[in-house]
Amino acid sequence: MAKYAIRLVALVYLLFLLALPVGLVGWRTFENGIVPVVESLSSPEAMHAFQITIVVAVWAVVINTIFGVGMAVLLVRHRFPGKRLLNATIDLPLAVSPVVVGLALILVYGRFSPVGGWLDERGVQIIFSTPGMVLATVFVSLPLVVRAVEPVLAEMGIEQEQAAHTLGASGVQTFRRITIPGIRAALIYGVVLCLARALGEYGAIAVVSGRLVGQTQTLTLFVEERFQNFQESDAFAASTALALLAVLTLVVSKLLRPKDAD
Amino acid sequence: MGFVLSGRAGTGLGLGTAVLFLSLVVFIPLAAVVWRSGAEGPGAFWQAVRTPDAWAALQLTVGASLIVAFVNLVMGTLIAWVLVRDTFPGKPIVDVLIDLPFALPTIVAGLVLLALYGPQSPMGVNIAYGQVSVVVALLFVTLPFVVRNVQPVLLELDRDMEQAAASLGAGPLVIFRRIILPNLLPAMLSGTALAFTRAIAEFGATVLISGNLPFKTQVAAVYIFGQIETDNTTGAAAVATVLLVVALLVVLVLDVLQRWGASRG
Repeated sequence: MAKYAIRLVALVYLLFLLALPVGLVGWRTFENGIVPVVESLSSPEAMHAFQITIVVAVWAVVINTIFGVGMAVLLVRHRFPGKRLLNATIDLPLAVSPVVVGLALILVYGRFSPVGGWLDERGVQIIFSTPGMVLATVFVSLPLVVRAVEPVLAEMGIEQEQAAHTLGASGVQTFRRITIPGIRAALIYGVVLCLARALGEYGAIAVVSGRLVGQTQTLTLFVEERFQNFQESDAFAASTALALLAVLTLVVSKLLRPKDAD
Repeated sequence: MGFVLSGRAGTGLGLGTAVLFLSLVVFIPLAAVVWRSGAEGPGAFWQAVRTPDAWAALQLTVGASLIVAFVNLVMGTLIAWVLVRDTFPGKPIVDVLIDLPFALPTIVAGLVLLALYGPQSPMGVNIAYGQVSVVVALLFVTLPFVVRNVQPVLLELDRDMEQAAASLGAGPLVIFRRIILPNLLPAMLSGTALAFTRAIAEFGATVLISGNLPFKTQVAAVYIFGQIETDNTTGAAAVATVLLVVALLVVLVLDVLQRWGASRG
């Protein structure tokens, strides 16, 4: 009996906290068929928001992938003083509120700060513009690629790399032909997680973008703006699009997740 | 890299690049927040934190996060238990669903909760713009932490001990309290600590459903956002520093917990 009671409590909790709310928005979105949804999502504002979201996310993913692989190699294959401290600071971004991330970037790169002012005089605008949004997204998704690649790289060992080296392969060749294929699955897993986080970021982007409709508005900002302006169907349509992306990420990452982590 | 830059020169170059990158993106900006909060002296810092609406926001944030952490401790462990020890049709789907709050953008999380528990609720339950709504929004976004921390430990847990205890006449409650709970406790507590740090930092999920009413439903992150919008960066930085310090403390506690767990493990 206790078994069924515990199962019931867990499932009812998940039903009311998770399944019903998400399901309801999906249902409300498609209440009047798929045509209004397509219309909502193909409006110029929505298309522009899509475009900004993708530009920012792709930049952030590229930067975090390069940083992530480099950092993982550094942490796994090299020894240096302060390694534990560096390792600990990688996870720091996950503990910082997105709004604080935005504030932090404004304080350094905003027009009224020394650095931001210097850049502004040279025609480089960071805050309220794409570079700032990329920076914010890089910040919030920083640990994802590193933490995905690191354990696999450690487990892989260096024998194969050494073998390639003794057979005369250059460093670049070894890296491209041995290291990258060895970490491929983990790397894709990390990239997928990073991409999902980047597409869905709201708080940090809300601060650094200035929320300029038609200029720096991403899809998540579009959801908020439409909802506040009582255009619920637009907000629901964009939310459902984002939720479908989230579900897709879950399925892909479930398929890619290293077996021993299951 | 691996071999391209092996040796000490490679280490130095790689480390230098990594630290430079981290400094530009993370360290210098965060240091700027702390510096700005203290730039006008400790008196001004304390005054900014004790501004009535800032203080109310901090109290609400910490209070709601403590409730959320406790509910997660209990419900997260229970859900992990059901996912590991129970079998029922559709279990793999439930297992995947647990991660949805991590994958779903926070603004969408707030929107879906508002759809079910807002003024237009089909169930007639309206918690929007009340303090309960803050707790529900935080429960949604923190759901996976305890579940995902406890689940692997529970999977690895050797059932021989439980069988031995049962054969010696221990009832299910005694077995749970004396055998299972001590083994799970480090994972339960580290999951709870993670949920707590996430809860005090949360912004997006609470924006739509809480209504952001000062002194009532405005959480610290939303307060900081408002101060940035009105160009009171010093006030924003002061409250942000408090959040950073709390998060740092929890991360330290977490480190201790993990070592405790490893030493028992």
